[in-house]
Amino acid sequence: MTNWDRFLDSFFNARVAAEYLPKIVEGFWLTILLAGCIILAGVAAGLALAVLRSLGIRPLNWLIIFVVDLFRALPPLVVIALLYFGLPAAGLSLSGFAAAWLSLSLVLMAFTEEIFWAGITAVPKGQWEAARSTGLGFFPTFSLVVLPQALRMVVPPLTNRTIAITKGTALASVVAVPEILGAAQAGVSFSFNPTPLTLGAIAYLVLFLPVVILGRWVETRFAWKR
Amino acid sequence: MPKATGPIVEARGIHKHFGALHVLKGVDLAVHERELVFVIGPSGSGKSTLLRCLNRLEEPSGGAITVDGIDILDRRTDINKARQRIGMVFQAFNLYPHMTALGNVALALRKVQGLPRAMAEDKARRALERVHLADRAGHYPGQLSGGQQQRVAIARAIALEPRVMLFDEPTSALDPELVGGVLAAMRELRESGMTMVVVSHEMGFARAAADRVVFMDGGRIVEEGQPEAIFGNPQQERTRAFIGQISRH
Repeated sequence: MTNWDRFLDSFFNARVAAEYLPKIVEGFWLTILLAGCIILAGVAAGLALAVLRSLGIRPLNWLIIFVVDLFRALPPLVVIALLYFGLPAAGLSLSGFAAAWLSLSLVLMAFTEEIFWAGITAVPKGQWEAARSTGLGFFPTFSLVVLPQALRMVVPPLTNRTIAITKGTALASVVAVPEILGAAQAGVSFSFNPTPLTLGAIAYLVLFLPVVILGRWVETRFAWKR
Repeated sequence: MPKATGPIVEARGIHKHFGALHVLKGVDLAVHERELVFVIGPSGSGKSTLLRCLNRLEEPSGGAITVDGIDILDRRTDINKARQRIGMVFQAFNLYPHMTALGNVALALRKVQGLPRAMAEDKARRALERVHLADRAGHYPGQLSGGQQQRVAIARAIALEPRVMLFDEPTSALDPELVGGVLAAMRELRESGMTMVVVSHEMGFARAAADRVVFMDGGRIVEEGQPEAIFGNPQQERTRAFIGQISRH
């Protein structure tokens, strides 16, 4: 057996691939489910915090900034480990899926809050003044005039951050969630062959390459014409 | 109801502090119905701040303001309701970039006056006609020239049928060749009988259209009178110096 044959046998073993493909496919769908739940919860919570922050209630804003900075500073894996291994000690145990979902949603929330907030504050003061001068109140001005402009400005950074956090679903493998990486690692331990990891990498590409390309399209589509 | 003879805008003893800065130092201004009052003065004289106090975009530190009989500074006054009677046009136009010209004009008609969309757009279209931009109703601000944007902004304000219009340097951000269209729209508005307070240095327009010119400096009204008097024969030294400076170019 030449080195090349050994390499092919290790990473592109057809028999192992056929055996573990179904597991990887299951992991693929689980990754999509987890990622979808994280994006929904994380972006919605981030937007909600940014809206609350724009009310300008000082103690509330301190609290928001504290929470946001906390989750931006903590490595996502640490948050997952804390929730999964730490919470049971407090009498509350989460499934691996729930722990990963909650952790990554909190991290995504923190980053998206900052992005939405940056967008809201980047809308010129004159927009507020023009709307208010026609008799629009705070909330209609915010939701009809300011927020649509802010959202449009933040689409590119929001897309990038969302992709980055969503790739963190791979971290769920450490808390026994059989998503793509988890399924691949299990396959490796059973087959004593790394081919399932190759399948996993391909699965990630199949999942995220279109998302990255979509992100690129979204960036150009939402480029702001003034 | 306001008395027919009383001023439609009446500001008394207006003071405004920005931190340690004392921007308005007791300004009195009365504007009567159908009157066009021009406010001029060097930058930092407080003229824009005074204008912005009239619809409470700035909160005066002291004084009293009534517009159309409504106490603007009273905490119990519904300021959003009052502001519908006070149109404002800004130096930077401030059109909503994500809405068409028609959408810009119709927004407050729908969301403040509660008109159904079709009625609001009908009214908005008529307002755009008044500034000769009916054919640009579907254009976004980014597709309009500065002068056209400012006329849309005027339409946005007059669509609400205000009792008085405030103009904050409406032509200062425009290229010279675009100023004429905006001044023409203002002149037509004036001829329709609108009460107007204009902060601007368009002396030609002031001479032709203003009933009264108010010269401000250092947060106070230094001198006021008819345009010919202020521009041709100012009584105060500071007025004379300022008129001399702006006439030179």
